[in-house]
Amino acid sequence: MFRKLTLTAAMALALTAGQATAAELETEITDYDFSFEGPFGSFDQMQLQRGLQVYTEICAACHGLELVAFRNLHDEGGPALPEDQMRAYAEFYEIFDQALFDGEGDFRTATPADKFPGSSLSNAPDLSLMAKARAGFHGPYGTGISQFVNGMGGAEYIASLMTGYHEEPECALEGEPMDGFYNVAFAAGGFPESCKDDHGKHKVPGSWIAMSQPLWGDDIDFADGHSNDLENISQDVAAFLMWTAEPKLVARKQAGLTGVLFLTVLSVLLYLTNKRLWAPHKHKD
Amino acid sequence: MGGIPHDHYEPKSDGEKWLNKRLPIVGLIYDTLMLPTPKNLNWMWIWGIVLVFTLVLQIITGVVLVMHYVPHVDMAFASVEHIMRDVNGGHMLRYFHMNGASLFFVAVYAHIFRSLYYGSYKAPREVTWIIGMLMYLLMMGTAFMGYVLPWGQMSFHGTAVITGLFGAIPFIGESVQIWLLGTPNGAIAQPALNRFFSLHYLMPFILLGLTIVHVWAFHTTGNNNPTGVEVRRTSKEDAAKDTLPFWPYFVIKDLFALAIILALFVAVVGFMPNYLGHPDNYIPANPLVTPSHIVPEWYFLPFYAILRAFDQEVWLVIAVNWLTFGIVDAKFFGVLAMFGAIVVMALAPWLDTSSVRSGRYRPMFKWWFWLFAVNFILLMWVGARPAEGIYPYISLLGATYWFAYFLVILPLLGVIEKPNTPPATIEDDFNAHYAPKTDGAKPVANPAE
Repeated sequence: MFRKLTLTAAMALALTAGQATAAELETEITDYDFSFEGPFGSFDQMQLQRGLQVYTEICAACHGLELVAFRNLHDEGGPALPEDQMRAYAEFYEIFDQALFDGEGDFRTATPADKFPGSSLSNAPDLSLMAKARAGFHGPYGTGISQFVNGMGGAEYIASLMTGYHEEPECALEGEPMDGFYNVAFAAGGFPESCKDDHGKHKVPGSWIAMSQPLWGDDIDFADGHSNDLENISQDVAAFLMWTAEPKLVARKQAGLTGVLFLTVLSVLLYLTNKRLWAPHKHKD
Repeated sequence: MGGIPHDHYEPKSDGEKWLNKRLPIVGLIYDTLMLPTPKNLNWMWIWGIVLVFTLVLQIITGVVLVMHYVPHVDMAFASVEHIMRDVNGGHMLRYFHMNGASLFFVAVYAHIFRSLYYGSYKAPREVTWIIGMLMYLLMMGTAFMGYVLPWGQMSFHGTAVITGLFGAIPFIGESVQIWLLGTPNGAIAQPALNRFFSLHYLMPFILLGLTIVHVWAFHTTGNNNPTGVEVRRTSKEDAAKDTLPFWPYFVIKDLFALAIILALFVAVVGFMPNYLGHPDNYIPANPLVTPSHIVPEWYFLPFYAILRAFDQEVWLVIAVNWLTFGIVDAKFFGVLAMFGAIVVMALAPWLDTSSVRSGRYRPMFKWWFWLFAVNFILLMWVGARPAEGIYPYISLLGATYWFAYFLVILPLLGVIEKPNTPPATIEDDFNAHYAPKTDGAKPVANPAE
């Protein structure tokens, strides 16, 4: 009977893990397959390098990455740029250093120990943790099943946001003109009254986002000749931002796997010890 | 220490005798480890060990995390990310600590529900139960304060909601809230972070102390067991028929269960460490932006649902509001209900009137108990849903059943229910499952137990 209880406890975990947002049914998030999903997943080094290029050439114009140091680009399990390339990349940046100019501060060339600069636009959020901060579409009905079963998270959200720009729906043309751009993956933006039904329910997915469409496809050329259509570069930058949010992901999964294997063997040994120990008292010897 | 007759430690060598005269610590350890334990305990009696392990895990990981954490509103968030990125093994330490809180509550809920089903709270174990409830309250306080420390969006706005609950107390609420937060205008700022950090470090050690008292109490009364029948204390020989010493029989059994639970735990930490957390807490705290849905951690959700169940449209709330001349408004009523839910649970030893201890022999009780367990999960789910549409009604229904279970059903069942007869002794129960070889007629009833 208490097997039942453990089952229900496990279900309780699965059921309540997610904190549903009202937006969960009102956005379109595509379940992309990323190389880092699942217990054995790891980052695709080439994809991270392509994502870094997308970030550098496009995102970095407005958005910062202030939790990531340039030296991290050289880290195992990440983009793993060769050290000379990483150093050359850092020198490409100018950093404001408060210690210079007798404490007044001045700009200088960045070193590997420096972090990426912050956002240059006040309403552009820092992207370092975006892939973890936007992982919250726990559906359906707050059960967290889509995240649990499909491993959907912030990377899917970012890629969907990049590809989610569409023509304004017809209902929006009837009402007041909206600020921003219509995006089917964006939940937290403005929404016109004319696109709601009588109960206030949204008739179309998504909402209006302040950022104009950043990626169009063909706007980047990869040295390795990899496809640069919108779907591909969106996934590349999403994977890169997953790495900036969780740089130790590969090490963590390896530690998890080692731990699970070790504990499985240990529990088998303890099971046999326990069985032998109790056998005389359970009249089984 | 224990009331069950058994062999005690006898110092043999001169050295042992010398120490024993001055500090009988070996005897204390011996008696604690060799405690006669009912031999029919099933797998629901392993959660105590899991809880002790988790407390130690949390203290060790916590102490190391503190070496790198900075309790300052401008630096706390970045220092946690520093731990995640730059400290050797820091990401594992932090994820173990973060998910350790969830493991703690999985184990404590299993432990509490085991007590509720097998009547472990009933005489003579009321003191064990009450101390346990105090520990549960302390755990909740510790977990809440720990959640504040990363100073993310949910930390900040969760603090606003929780301290706001104290603000709902009539007359003194506002002063209490200011006292808790430490700022004259009740702003959530540096003083709040500092005192939550201090208390988050202190309270686990109080928990450790209470753990010792909790163990002391049930070592005095003896463990309960699935039959609810007491160990025979008539003689050492009789007691030995009902029990086996804690070491090695239960230590090995508990370690086996612990290894399986830890394998699952490590899988969560390794493969989905943020699944149980809220993504908004990866956004630095910003007083000017309130998250669209402020949701507590999963282990608080049943009580959060009870808190929100009683809004100003519930007739009981309206009636109480009118009777108290408006002193008890809907918000304060919700707070009273939330804390009341734990108070009525703590009073279970006196509300349960049944003469039979274990739910195994109570045909009607079983149904109400399982309904209570399902209701708990329902409340947990509805606590995470927005307070709109049908959800408030589900919360109200669930909250009502919670109180009805303790205040109406448990007292009434003792009167109207006709319980079955438990076995005369623990030995009989054990032999019914594991028939002695000479008695070939009895089959092995439940080899899993």
